Amino acid sequence: MIRKTLAVAAFAVGAMAVAAPAMAQNEQFLPSLVYRTGAYAPNGIPFANGVADYWTLINERDGGINGVKIVFEECETGYATDKGVECYERLKGKGPTGAGYFSPLSTGITFALTEKVPGDKIPLLTLGYGRSESRDGSVFPWNFVLLGSYWTAADVAIQHIAKEMGGFDKLKGKKISLVYHDSPYGKEPIPALEARAKKDGFEFKAIPVTHPGVEQKSQWLAIRQDRPDYVLLWGWGVMNSTSIKEAAAVAYPRDKMIGVWWSGAEPDVTPAGDQATGYKALLLQHPAGKFGVHGELEKHVISKGKGAAKDDFAHVLYNRGVLNSMLGVEAIRTAQKKFGNKPMTGEQVRWGFENLNLTAERIKELGFEGMLKPIKLSCQDHQGADEARLHQWTGKEWKIISDFYTADRSILDPMVKDTAAKYAADKKIAPRDCAKES
Amino acid sequence: MIAFGQFTEVLLGGLLAGFLYSLVALGFVLIFKASGVFNFAQGAMVLLAGLALVRSLDFLVAKGFPYWIAVVIALLFAAAIMALTAWVIERFVLGPLVNQDGLTLFMATIGATFIIEGAAQMAFGSDVYPLRLFPTDAIFMFENTFPGGILVNKLDLWGAAIAAVLVAGLAVFFQYTKTGRALRAVADDHAAAQSVGIPISWIWFVVWLVAGLVALVAATVWGTKLSVQFSITFLALKALPVLIIGGFTSVPGAVIGGLLIGAGEKIAEAYLGPYIGGGIEYWFAYVLALLVLLVRPQGMFGERIIERV
Amino acid sequence: MLYREVGQFKTTYAADMAMFPIRQDRVALWLVLLVAFVGIPMLSANQIWPFGSDYLLRAILMPFLILALAAIGVNILVGYCGQISLGSGAFMAIGAYSAYKFGTGVSFPLPFAGFDVSIPPLPMLFSILLGGLMAAFVGILFGIPSLRIKGLYLAVATLAAQFFFDWVFIRVKWFTNYTPSGSVNAPELNFFGFLVNSSIEKYLLCLIFVTVFAFIAKNLVRGNLGRQWRAIRDMDIAAELMGIRPLYAKLTAFAVSSFIVGVAGALWAFIYLGSWEPLAFSIDRSFQLLFMVIIGGLGSILGSFLGAAFILILPIMLDQVPHALGVPISVETVSHLVFIVTGSLICYLLIVEPHGFAQLWSTAKEKLRLWPYPY
Repeated sequence: MIRKTLAVAAFAVGAMAVAAPAMAQNEQFLPSLVYRTGAYAPNGIPFANGVADYWTLINERDGGINGVKIVFEECETGYATDKGVECYERLKGKGPTGAGYFSPLSTGITFALTEKVPGDKIPLLTLGYGRSESRDGSVFPWNFVLLGSYWTAADVAIQHIAKEMGGFDKLKGKKISLVYHDSPYGKEPIPALEARAKKDGFEFKAIPVTHPGVEQKSQWLAIRQDRPDYVLLWGWGVMNSTSIKEAAAVAYPRDKMIGVWWSGAEPDVTPAGDQATGYKALLLQHPAGKFGVHGELEKHVISKGKGAAKDDFAHVLYNRGVLNSMLGVEAIRTAQKKFGNKPMTGEQVRWGFENLNLTAERIKELGFEGMLKPIKLSCQDHQGADEARLHQWTGKEWKIISDFYTADRSILDPMVKDTAAKYAADKKIAPRDCAKES
Repeated sequence: MIAFGQFTEVLLGGLLAGFLYSLVALGFVLIFKASGVFNFAQGAMVLLAGLALVRSLDFLVAKGFPYWIAVVIALLFAAAIMALTAWVIERFVLGPLVNQDGLTLFMATIGATFIIEGAAQMAFGSDVYPLRLFPTDAIFMFENTFPGGILVNKLDLWGAAIAAVLVAGLAVFFQYTKTGRALRAVADDHAAAQSVGIPISWIWFVVWLVAGLVALVAATVWGTKLSVQFSITFLALKALPVLIIGGFTSVPGAVIGGLLIGAGEKIAEAYLGPYIGGGIEYWFAYVLALLVLLVRPQGMFGERIIERV
Repeated sequence: MLYREVGQFKTTYAADMAMFPIRQDRVALWLVLLVAFVGIPMLSANQIWPFGSDYLLRAILMPFLILALAAIGVNILVGYCGQISLGSGAFMAIGAYSAYKFGTGVSFPLPFAGFDVSIPPLPMLFSILLGGLMAAFVGILFGIPSLRIKGLYLAVATLAAQFFFDWVFIRVKWFTNYTPSGSVNAPELNFFGFLVNSSIEKYLLCLIFVTVFAFIAKNLVRGNLGRQWRAIRDMDIAAELMGIRPLYAKLTAFAVSSFIVGVAGALWAFIYLGSWEPLAFSIDRSFQLLFMVIIGGLGSILGSFLGAAFILILPIMLDQVPHALGVPISVETVSHLVFIVTGSLICYLLIVEPHGFAQLWSTAKEKLRLWPYPY
């Protein structure tokens, strides 16, 4: 009987949870899909903390976005696609105007939500991940692969290798291997790298690592025998630190390894200890460390005990979370200029994203100087930036080692266009005409 | 000569990896041998032991204890946690399920897996915690014979040595101690063992405790290799093919199965992988196990299955 | 009082062989079907609580129906035929990817013959069913070892299928139509000109599939084939001595089970996810399905539904309880608590009723027969 009572109680409470409680009307609801548990938690936690802390900062310091208070709720996905879809369905309708935008921080969930957001009219902010071809805003009106896609990353990585070698002509006949997480996430850069290999004449080899990447001995023994000139690392979670350790074990020089920006944070290098010294990774514009906004965060959020951050404050992924929230908040602010200072619907937020224009002054004003270059989006261009740089792990901290590179759009744009056109044909989407929209 | 050197390197790497798999597989075997329970929670127990060890170690080192004293205390603390786990599982999960069929018990251990994973992460955190108990640098052997030498990781050698000691110790325990003999009696027939006065719940506690300690040993090695984090639970899946090749009931089988799987999958990945796209070692281990089962349905060293109507 | 079949006389053989011989059961079934087919869509169309948003429909009921269908498939193999399988996720994947290939057009180059085999995109319904057939075919292949390998050894051996197909669908680009990322999108859900788009339509589509297959399964398991399966389950050597061919019985169980699981996989991919990668059908899915079957009750179609409801919905509900009550604890803690509570409930259920919800249900029916009198 107790069992039944408990079950009934659980269901009743659950049903209550489904029926959204009454909410104040002047609140902007922002959902946060996080993974603080499971295999990818070490990387998911700092990002989620950064996202939450910036929103808290806006509420604490400014009283919201132009007076519209941010209400946010986290939902644990555990990096699983079906759980992510459930979280999306749970949170999309909350608040007076529904969810402003979603940032799933998972390629798999992004792919699944890409199919769902057009129906619900909610933008998907995927900062440096997700579908590379979703840069094309005419086919993917709701996806915003802001600041860079995996293809951008691949291109920049090759550019850096060329620079270290002393020019693109030196790439000819060289060997570059990609050690990748065997999933859509890891496979995305392959077409861009293949295109680059054809153009620059280097020998490209892709070496898959099975999820979650705890066992990589054979891959690295193959690298030891093959001796590629450079190894690109496209991992996530435990795979990154294991790769670095195995590289050390086969005595592959770490400074010839270049990780994508998802393989270049503190949880990736600290478990490897001294072995990680010299390891390089791409930067999605912003580095680790404190900038203007961190002072504000310390003053208004952390010191008041309202922060989510622990010792990950100002780490790479934490900063990326802060940046992610800032871009979302600025998109809402942009939208408010057109639609008025009230909570925005997903459709209005999308307008905000498409008309987002962050100038150098505005970035400085926000306290993000040094973390972000000016960025401007449009109906057609949902990425807005092609720049990335590199940093290197010194054994204690990340140090920036390069200037900004700009990805070669003459290679990437045709790929974006072709892949997006194929998607549009498959899904029978008529691309919107961006010339006609204001 | 280069080709032979490479082959030796892959083979050796595989064999050493196999020892590490058998460290996890041993825990499964112990419990199956003594209670007929297919204990899916072994991976979670490795996680729990590792977390308890590394968190208490970090805490003690931060408090200013000398490193080796801290290690000893942390090991004792982790062992105590494993003892507590063994008691809880015996008392609240398996005790009430005496005489149920294998599938139900298997399910119960999956339930226990959830509880352990949740509780371990709640108590000790879900981040990644580096553990550095053993040296992890590489050594190169036969550098005169082969160009570049043959690479061996010191950690793998440690793992192999520990697995060897563990197996010898367990063999002695099963063969020569009173509790060990009682364990074998219980494995043979619960009811008969009970009727000759063997306290079955005590025996089950002991076997879960031993499995917990084996998990702790596995955690020291794997924690050093991977750092202690949730992904360590996936080791259970790498231990299963080892288990079926060796047979669920054989301690030496776990080691030999580990060696076969380790060497087999690494050689397949190195020599077959490049032709069909790589990343094949996960399924290759299972296909290898499947092939062994087709020849010997009880695994290589398992007890013969006798069926009567 | 309420649940007593006294006075219900069966005057024909047909009535005696009815699927639900007791009138109350029939009435209850019709009521459930009525609610599912008419009530829920009506409530949802008019946005009446608790269907004000399509959360319940899209995030709870749809996955519940699809996974219940898969659980029925697994139950046929594990519950009725006694062959433990941990490869169900792989069979879902085979169904999903095959249906995807059939739905988008198959082109198979045969260089040695000098021509290509190509099939134009097939209608959605046929694609899904063909996906199931492909799963059945592979199921038979992987069922062959079951003639020699038994029990938990077989369970671990079926993992070979799981890991092999995880790999195949990520590595062989042909299956994903050469998309750069290896993630594929479902084609539009066109059922003979009728486009399934809205949540209600998708829900009804799942419901139709589940209802049809549940009835087919129910009839299969109480027929000749089902009796053979159960004989094999209870003791395969004895069954063989009685003249049941283990080859035929086991392989049909694998085929039927994989077919249903494959169809469920296609629905999961096409209707619930929309875009998927092999990770959606990973080993976790296989375990989840096995939980559903064991918790629900081995050898019970009703149990498959109850198990699916318990395993799928309980964690989702638990996850929302603290937030709904306004308890300020972090999602991290909630998520750990959900693990602990789910695990404890699984253990508790197994201790109280090792035969699952289905057994609880029949115990309840026995009690109801006498209620409110003690005898």
